[in-house]
Amino acid sequence: MKETTPLKPNAVGLSKKDYDGAPSTLCKGCGHNSIASQIVQVAYELNLKPHQVIKLSGIGCSSKSPAYFLGMSHGFNALHGRMPSVATGALLANHTLKAIGVSGDGDTGSIGLGQFKHLLRRNLRMVYIIENNGVYGLTKGQFSATAEEGLRLKYAGTNPFPPIDLCLEAIVAGCGFVARSFAGDARQVRELLKAALSHRGTAVLDIISPCVTFNNEDDSPKSYGYGTQHEKPLHELGFVPPAEEISIEPLTPGEVRLVELHDGSHLRLRNLEEAYDPTDQMGAIRRLLDAQARGEFITGLLYYNPHRPSLAEVEGLGTPLAQLPPALMRPGPERLEAVLRRYS
Amino acid sequence: MSVLERAQAVLPAPREPIVNDFSIAVATVNGTGSQTANLTLLRSFFRLGIPVHGKNIFPSNIQGLPTWYHIRVSREGYVARKPPDILVAFNPTTAAEDVQGLPAGGVCLYATDLKNLPQRDDLVYYPVPAAELLAGLEVPVKRRPYLANMAYVGALAWMLGVPLETVAEALAAQFEQRPKLVEDNLEVVRRAHAWASENLRKQDPYRIEPMEKTQGLILMTGNEAGALGAVFGGVSVAAWYPITPATSFMDALRGFLSELRRDEAGRPTYAVVQAEDELAAAGIVLGAGWAGARALTATSGPGLSLMAEFMSYGYFAEIPAVIWDIQRVGPSTGLPTRTSQGDVAFAYTLGHGDTKHPILFPSSLEECFEFGWRAFDLAEELQTPVLVLSDLDLGMNHWMGRPFAYPAEPLKRGKVLSAEALEVRGGFARYKDVDGDGIPYRTLPGTPHPLAAYFTRGSGHNEQAQYSERPEDYARLMARLARKFETARRLVPPPAVELHPQARIGVIAYGSTRYAIEEARDRLRERLPLSFLRLRALPIGPEVGEFVAAHERVYVIELNRDGQLHGILRAELPEHAAKLRSLAYLDGLPLTAAWVMARLLEKEEAA
Repeated sequence: MKETTPLKPNAVGLSKKDYDGAPSTLCKGCGHNSIASQIVQVAYELNLKPHQVIKLSGIGCSSKSPAYFLGMSHGFNALHGRMPSVATGALLANHTLKAIGVSGDGDTGSIGLGQFKHLLRRNLRMVYIIENNGVYGLTKGQFSATAEEGLRLKYAGTNPFPPIDLCLEAIVAGCGFVARSFAGDARQVRELLKAALSHRGTAVLDIISPCVTFNNEDDSPKSYGYGTQHEKPLHELGFVPPAEEISIEPLTPGEVRLVELHDGSHLRLRNLEEAYDPTDQMGAIRRLLDAQARGEFITGLLYYNPHRPSLAEVEGLGTPLAQLPPALMRPGPERLEAVLRRYS
Repeated sequence: MSVLERAQAVLPAPREPIVNDFSIAVATVNGTGSQTANLTLLRSFFRLGIPVHGKNIFPSNIQGLPTWYHIRVSREGYVARKPPDILVAFNPTTAAEDVQGLPAGGVCLYATDLKNLPQRDDLVYYPVPAAELLAGLEVPVKRRPYLANMAYVGALAWMLGVPLETVAEALAAQFEQRPKLVEDNLEVVRRAHAWASENLRKQDPYRIEPMEKTQGLILMTGNEAGALGAVFGGVSVAAWYPITPATSFMDALRGFLSELRRDEAGRPTYAVVQAEDELAAAGIVLGAGWAGARALTATSGPGLSLMAEFMSYGYFAEIPAVIWDIQRVGPSTGLPTRTSQGDVAFAYTLGHGDTKHPILFPSSLEECFEFGWRAFDLAEELQTPVLVLSDLDLGMNHWMGRPFAYPAEPLKRGKVLSAEALEVRGGFARYKDVDGDGIPYRTLPGTPHPLAAYFTRGSGHNEQAQYSERPEDYARLMARLARKFETARRLVPPPAVELHPQARIGVIAYGSTRYAIEEARDRLRERLPLSFLRLRALPIGPEVGEFVAAHERVYVIELNRDGQLHGILRAELPEHAAKLRSLAYLDGLPLTAAWVMARLLEKEEAA
């Protein structure tokens, strides 16, 4: 067997193989598998301790993904569209865990749209990946809410409704880290994932991940062919870990932007598009609507705002609630007596 | 004839005094602040040592619709609903009907601005010029209707002989640190009392005398007691969506947590989330339970139905969770502010496939508190959702109770493996029945050991928690869950059984109906001796079958149309099914002893 996995241990003593999950049961060539492999790569590179990671999903092809990475992490395959609430509970119980949520466009854009929006309102600290292919794979080929208007599919016919743009929804909901990428653009996915893991609140990564079985005609904007030919990155991305010295490449001033992330790491953005400012919320919305109107497929960090506190910060949590000693969970008898006196 | 003249007209001479044994119905308009007046009355009786209970019978509305407050004063200590002897008629739209509902010899204490009040020769009428009594009182216009209600408090105090200083104490207890409110309210009470003393002549037999039966007791709502119990059970995450009658549970919980659950640095050791809906509330609770925090939600029937899918998940994936269902009347939106026990069949098997949940049935403040903490022990020991079925009557009304016993046992966190335990064991299989009790071991996310992790899913899985559709894996898993449910029979609280040595007939009931049944049992003691088994949990233990076996017939009394608990018991005790008879009652109101007595006698005569 050809060995391509580096066995070199990382800073926490694990090889890349230690971040693998179960073998994928998704279709050969499915974009979700390449995202899973980037998660493995990133977890290895960032020296994540698997026991400190939880991976959560809803229902659908995408939601099977957590089984295929980080086998030494606790996983939770929740109900259709309702992974956000489970993640909320889990991270309230233990806000020191790193959460990676994987969802799909049906899971997030239809049944789960409500929970998705409320997750963003609360700003749970987690990476929320949408593996977006515009189609329901597991139920064999129905349109999802992100399918383009007029899209023709073999079984489903022609889609009469406009798509929901989940990045727009995220920005409008106040999400502080919104990015779009393409499963075929491994490097961009990787750098965005690293930055997302360092963000203070919810980081949404909407990754176009073509469905090779039900939605992969070249004229479909969520196919490999379309993605490869039309992807228009807003910037080149580079993640700089906290310990690493930040060096600015000798570029024309104004072209490189450093975004400082919550844990002291940085995201280096080299603008490909003139003056794209990912901290301008209205600008990001305008640019997305503009891209939609032109049928463009823009990728990159669309919007970034590090200032909103995460849910755990809002709640003022200290010791993880799941690790409270009994003495902190049950007040003493004198406290009970004091309360009851008021009712006598 | 003026109202005053009419009131002073010659009436039959007062009958023998009826001391500390009557019911009052206060009929007011929703949103006029009558709750303050009613609680002042309730607390006044309580402070005088007289057993008392109040029931708020209110509409699903903010302002303008009719609302009633029933106060039962009982020297014998009975607290079930009893039709009123004394009516406070302060609502013009219901006054006619309310007056007609009074028994002969009853009392109608009415606001003098009521028009066309039906006149009955067999009632005693007392006018209360509420509006006039406020004359000259300097209070904002918006507070005047609230204060007007205090007029009937003053008039009743005169009529029944409640000392004004007791009323003052009751008011002070209600408005802690707001002396101006106490003084304004008390001034109206004093004026009404003085007016009644000068202008009315007591014609009715009802009065109160101080007793010593409430010393050391507390007065609280079931929802407050349950919430306080949850706090002493270590609840750390609570998520909910507003719904009557569960809202006051969560309001109380938030208040108690804020007061009682902070670390040395003053930081909260809890989180409460008002979720976007009941689906999310249930998901938050399961997520928190999975990650190792004690978590609960409180809801009612319609909310519970939205939680069904997650509770099915929780059962199958074996995640601890506590759900308080404060039952109201269904189906659908039903009568949202009235009481019933209509969720029991639904709750027991909440979910799809073969799902079964342990259920706790509190019936008193003490049990609300105890089950408040015990539900977490059960949920974590059994690794499954545990439901606590209360109801609107128990949850939202004020009851007397003994001060709660501090939990005698330490927190039981169940079979959770630490990193050290994993090291010793060399790993674990998440869904393997190691101990033969159907309960597997679990680890919590964050456990620092490479063998700690497992994958949680709602789909078929094997003992190693891997996805599996193999028939033998599924069959083994479902058999183990059934075995776990058998273990639950031993862990849940046993029923409270009171055997009467001569009883051929038994009664089984649960929850707030106990009070009407206990009263009926006492009153029927000579005529129809009864044994009473009060179910405190599902699944049932062997005591229930033994109880049925020991009696000729057993009536299952409950507040729903179809006799849901009766159906469950027949299914669980097929050998005794023929002995089990259903007595089900449902009109939105709490059960009365009179109904229980009449129905039991009727059935027994026909038997």
